[in-house]
Amino acid sequence: MNPIKILVAAKRVVDYNVRVRLKPDHSGIATDGVKMGVNPFDEIALEEALRIRERGEASEVVVATVGPHEAESQIRSLLAMGADRAIHIETTRETGPLEVAHVLYHLVQEIEPGLVILGKQAIDDDCGQVGPMLAALWGRPQATFVSKLTLEGGRAQAVREVDHGLETVEVDLPAVITTDLRLNTPRFIKMPDIMKARQKPLDRRPFENCGIDLPRLEVEAYLPPPERVAGLRVESVSELVTRLRDRGVL
Amino acid sequence: MSPEDFFGIGSELTEEDRLVQSTVARFVDERALPLLPRAFEEGFFPMELIPEIGSLGILGSSVHGYGCPGLGALAYGVICEELERGDSGLRSFVSVQSSLVMYPIATYGTEEQKARWLPKLARAEAIGCFGLTEAHGGSDPAALQTRARLEGGNWILSGSKMWITNGTLADLAVVWAQTDQGIRGFLVEKGMPGFHAQAIHHKLSLRASDTAALFFENVTVPEQNRLAGAQGLKAPLSCLTQARYGIAWGALGAARSCLSTVLDYTRTRELFGRPLAATQTVQRRIAAMVRALTLARLLAFRLGQLKDQGTLDPAQVSLAKWNNVRMALEIAREARDLLGGAGITTEFPPLRHALNLESVATYEGTETIHELVVGKAVTGFDAF
Repeated sequence: MNPIKILVAAKRVVDYNVRVRLKPDHSGIATDGVKMGVNPFDEIALEEALRIRERGEASEVVVATVGPHEAESQIRSLLAMGADRAIHIETTRETGPLEVAHVLYHLVQEIEPGLVILGKQAIDDDCGQVGPMLAALWGRPQATFVSKLTLEGGRAQAVREVDHGLETVEVDLPAVITTDLRLNTPRFIKMPDIMKARQKPLDRRPFENCGIDLPRLEVEAYLPPPERVAGLRVESVSELVTRLRDRGVL
Repeated sequence: MSPEDFFGIGSELTEEDRLVQSTVARFVDERALPLLPRAFEEGFFPMELIPEIGSLGILGSSVHGYGCPGLGALAYGVICEELERGDSGLRSFVSVQSSLVMYPIATYGTEEQKARWLPKLARAEAIGCFGLTEAHGGSDPAALQTRARLEGGNWILSGSKMWITNGTLADLAVVWAQTDQGIRGFLVEKGMPGFHAQAIHHKLSLRASDTAALFFENVTVPEQNRLAGAQGLKAPLSCLTQARYGIAWGALGAARSCLSTVLDYTRTRELFGRPLAATQTVQRRIAAMVRALTLARLLAFRLGQLKDQGTLDPAQVSLAKWNNVRMALEIAREARDLLGGAGITTEFPPLRHALNLESVATYEGTETIHELVVGKAVTGFDAF
């Protein structure tokens, strides 16, 4: 099999260690002065792509992100980790899963990768939709929630974590893979590579140039989950039955 | 606002320096902290970290070339800060290798010495130590008694060194000795006949660190192992300036570890029907910690700027080392106290940090020495 190109999609999110807070007007999550990072599942996606490249099964690993100008620090860390080049689709507004899937489809036509690897979901909105939507737009197979991945003869064998255990699927390449936590442990960045990342190609493009015009989801308000009310302790079975009757559940 | 960086100094760092910091932070959280409390308790340096430290590329971070990353002073600062958030012993290991071994070789060594040692030291395939302090006291290095005399083109070294971090681990010792021409530096290699290191036991501080005495019984050291550019006491003192700079940053890490422990504990620990953190006495003590840490961070950051500009004065480093270690020591003791009985085991880090910081306050210049350095700088009188 000839070495393939791999496209890895990554999202800038609030760092996984930060306890998120809402903006006072409920218009979104407060991000001013909040530590941001790469979505951890996307770091796993890049790690897997780098391992495939290091085995000689891929020739190039390209990372792409859709996000604000500040997402450049996340891109630099992915380049320092080992990606060959990056594409930054810049936009200041929130983008939904379908828009991001369209952007990636646009890039797939340009790059012609053998694999697109991305996190199974982003830890901010937990949508988990970009991978499947991209596979549908592209008309190619997908394997989601993957915890083990092997390539052979133009096909990928993927072990998926599903509710009843593990499931093994085979897909023809090109394909979309979304990563689960147990696929691998991302490597530590080496200090000299941080300096080298500065020299790697970073292609910045405005979102508007992708020619995507989709109806947008309108978010009315962000609310915290309701606080749980403390339970009641009852003295006897008869009191329990009475209370349940009072609430009309018996 | 982060309690550990109340004025948001972190946002003044470059993108690269922030990436350096988050990488070392992850290494400390995932790889080092699971090992450090037991290493401290049982008194050993966690050797399995050495190859990982080498592969991270944090050794000799400021050295250009020879397999070193050539990062700036602020990057070295945040490396020290994160490592000491783990344990002062871990930061000491890296300080010694970077500032006291690789720095003098890069600054005073011959081309041959640099090419032979720096790449190996950067990868942690060779470990170094620094021999200046002697048993009669470290504060008056001009009076050092280790002698080197020239005999048939070789140097014969005799004497001993005390309180040497990495001493028994070291493949290479940078040793300072008195000669007929004044103080000179020598690269003494493990296995040279007459050179041996002996571990110092029964420590109550820096227990996760290798501390040793070095002995030189007429060790023959070839002239090619002399640091050609190092002449007089100012050479070893310049190394100490580098290490003290790192310590001024490292102290922030130890203090952060204590502060975050206390915040977590007092927010959840309920006494008299409310969290400890909801009481005025506890809040005043926590606010005082945040104040001291914030001031120390501003000092360290400015020091880093001056170092990168090349206008740093050693007296400024003295003031920062003195202030920041004192700050960290006081925060560690306060934190231990606020944890009550929970603060006395290795489960919580403050007492471990407090015990370590007793050494950190002493080594690389005691508080008195730094007071005298600052005193001399502002009065013009040498009162040593």
